[in-house]
Amino acid sequence: MSQTFKIRKGHDIKLVGAAPKSDLGLITASTYAVTPLDFPGITPKLAVKAGTQVKAGDTLFFDKDRPEVKICSPVSGEIAEVKRGAKRKILAVVVLADQETTYADHGPFSFTGATREAAAAHFGATGVGAFITSRPYGVAAGMSEKPRAIFVNGVQSSPLAGDLAHQLEGKEKSIATALKALKLMTEGTVYVSHDSDKAPIEALQSLDATHLSFTGKHPKGLVGTQIAQAAPMNKGEIVWTVNAIDLPTIGAAFESGEYRPEYRVAVAGSRVMNAGYATAVQGVSLTQFLSANVNTENARIIAGDVLTGSKIENDGFLSFGQSQLTAIPEGNTTEFFGWVLPGFGKFSTNRAFWSWLFPNREYDLDTNMHGEERAFVVTGEYEKFIPMDIFPQQLLRSILIGDIEKMEQLGIYEVVPEDFALAEVACTSKLPLQEIVRNGLNDLRKEMI
Amino acid sequence: MKFVQNIFDQTRPLVEKDGKRNILYPLHNAIETMAFVPDHTAHSGAHVRDAIDLKRTMITVIFAMVPALLFGMWNIGRLHYGAFGEESTLLDNVIYGSFKMLPLIIVTYAAGLGVEIYFSWKRNHPVNEGFLVSGLLIPMIMPVDIPLWMVAVSTIFAVLIGKEVFGGTGMNLLNPALTARAFAFFAYPTWMSGDKVWINTTSSEGAALVDGYSGATALGDLATTVGQGLGNPATETVIAQFGPEGTYSLMNAFLGLIPGSIGETSAALILLGGLFLIFKGVGSWRIMLSFFIGGFVMAAIFNAFAVNEFMGLNPLHQLMLGGFMFGMVFMATDPVSASQTATGKLIYGFLAGFFGIMIRVFNPAYPEGIMLSILFMNVMAPLIDHYVVEANVKRRTKRLANA
Repeated sequence: MSQTFKIRKGHDIKLVGAAPKSDLGLITASTYAVTPLDFPGITPKLAVKAGTQVKAGDTLFFDKDRPEVKICSPVSGEIAEVKRGAKRKILAVVVLADQETTYADHGPFSFTGATREAAAAHFGATGVGAFITSRPYGVAAGMSEKPRAIFVNGVQSSPLAGDLAHQLEGKEKSIATALKALKLMTEGTVYVSHDSDKAPIEALQSLDATHLSFTGKHPKGLVGTQIAQAAPMNKGEIVWTVNAIDLPTIGAAFESGEYRPEYRVAVAGSRVMNAGYATAVQGVSLTQFLSANVNTENARIIAGDVLTGSKIENDGFLSFGQSQLTAIPEGNTTEFFGWVLPGFGKFSTNRAFWSWLFPNREYDLDTNMHGEERAFVVTGEYEKFIPMDIFPQQLLRSILIGDIEKMEQLGIYEVVPEDFALAEVACTSKLPLQEIVRNGLNDLRKEMI
Repeated sequence: MKFVQNIFDQTRPLVEKDGKRNILYPLHNAIETMAFVPDHTAHSGAHVRDAIDLKRTMITVIFAMVPALLFGMWNIGRLHYGAFGEESTLLDNVIYGSFKMLPLIIVTYAAGLGVEIYFSWKRNHPVNEGFLVSGLLIPMIMPVDIPLWMVAVSTIFAVLIGKEVFGGTGMNLLNPALTARAFAFFAYPTWMSGDKVWINTTSSEGAALVDGYSGATALGDLATTVGQGLGNPATETVIAQFGPEGTYSLMNAFLGLIPGSIGETSAALILLGGLFLIFKGVGSWRIMLSFFIGGFVMAAIFNAFAVNEFMGLNPLHQLMLGGFMFGMVFMATDPVSASQTATGKLIYGFLAGFFGIMIRVFNPAYPEGIMLSILFMNVMAPLIDHYVVEANVKRRTKRLANA
């Protein structure tokens, strides 16, 4: 029934501390925060100020250039603070939560005879449109865009990723509703991807869409890989992508008109004392949870996975769109002659270290760079981790010299930073590939708009 | 290892920005990062990183070169004592060889790293590891008797003109080690070719060269057959040397028991290094394989249409002589100056091997055709890549047109 793609290029980084299916309960806190930094490509304009009373689902800030792109409050309460950084850049909007959450009611969406415009308006009003990422550029989707296709990513293959079936359990109905809503937004195809190395997820299998199956190594779980395999993007096209884990939130907004971004969050990593799944509303303050469940001393807490997640502090908040928390040791120690030693215990994707003898070992990796930054020297390295028909190093070079035309020719429209994450891990020269790609996309977007 | 760290910590203020010896900062940093992998942590992007870095890559290449290097040192001693008909043990040979070889290595590193460190300081860059390999390659491709100052001048020229003017490691067009050799070859031809320089014949008192001693290389001897036609009795003595019993027999050439540049003679040990590099994922099997095939095809064509003994040489034998194997494993595979795309590497390797044999046989004055052909292909590599990448761009444009 569905087409199966085998991903041969890539690497599964095996880390210790995977989350068992134990329940860590609900993460509660008195403060919640949303940061514009989680939304690349948005120029935030505040809709609230300190002291404003908000309900869950009321807009906190929106994109200055596309006002329909709204970021909503996950809970009800009072705006405690707008944190600002240098040049008054907005760092976070902090909400002091009510005991009992009240929801802004946008009304249930009526699917009978529904039009695209109506659905777009509902996506905008309830704030769940922010869960849709638009390619190229990898930014929050504007509702006026006409996507060629929508990809729903049902594969989670990054290191220590949660078990999607477990995370979506019990949310079947809203998943189906979300898909109906998404189908209204495109005249093209809606694709749903599946991991054929894992037990099928009924809630996704039963959806009325074009199904794609992926087997093999990470990055099979990156939607960029899936698009490249199924229907590569061309210049001028727009493709929307949605993570399957966000479907219940979207569905709920269409069923009840309420914004309920509640997730079963996988808590994993070698520094986690109690690994498992916690239930959490987005933006929740993690201070108490981390001190109770994670050994935070000299640890790196990551909202998301180790490849693409963002670093958060011990008193940080659960980032937008993240359903994984990872804690690993910081690697701020030196190592005597580490580069000459045989390296039986060192993680490496190639055989220069003798750890190749143990391909199935799980590693307790830290954040050490294992070397200084260098110029591009080694060739043919990135290609091994990017299963797309592009020349990664040539593309990166064109970005570094700011040659827009060359970037277009070499396929920058097909990639977002996360597609380069594995190559960044493997890079001998320790170059910041994801940052380079992000800058390239930003430059390109500036040029195009 | 705390006390080592302390030494670095104590001396660092001297070389830092306002320190008195700021020019030594790159050197200080280079030695410190060699002793200790730095405590830098990931700040952007992925939070975990592969253990590999450029130092590891380069030391892997050096490990691959060690067997050929040790053999070369032994061979220096063996040929030297052999020229006088003296008996010598393995130890004698190695000791004599290292007395000849170590000064070459030290001078090369000193000259090259001096230039590197100056430019690192000037450009505010850390010292790159690339020269660790180049600095060992250069003495391995020199004749044993070359004066040290020539090696120093060639090395400085190679690093300066071959690398730094382009922007340093990673930006160079030409392989620096081959640039050094090419410079020496054209600047000091009498020290780089002929039959005087390959075997050290500094005699101790009273010793005399054995009867029939010739210091020529296999390729030098073969060059004398050009223009004589096939089966000419005048070439018989030369060709006899390539027979199963001769000095340059296929087995001797494969093992490396022949005169030549110090590290280039032992095809067997070079091949071992090559397999090691391929296995470790550091050397490109595409370049090595296609290089070999390219050379073999050219040699086979010559063999089929031979008009002199040089062309008529068995193709496999042809490849075991001179710098072919060394060029294939250690020179053509330099990732910076080679083609960078997978398809490009196949084309680049094939042509480098093909032209190498062609230059060697068609112009016997250049027995080092391999060196010239690799340098030539270094220059052509960006062009090859351009067409490979352009094909990808065309595919993309076509897809857009059909969408």
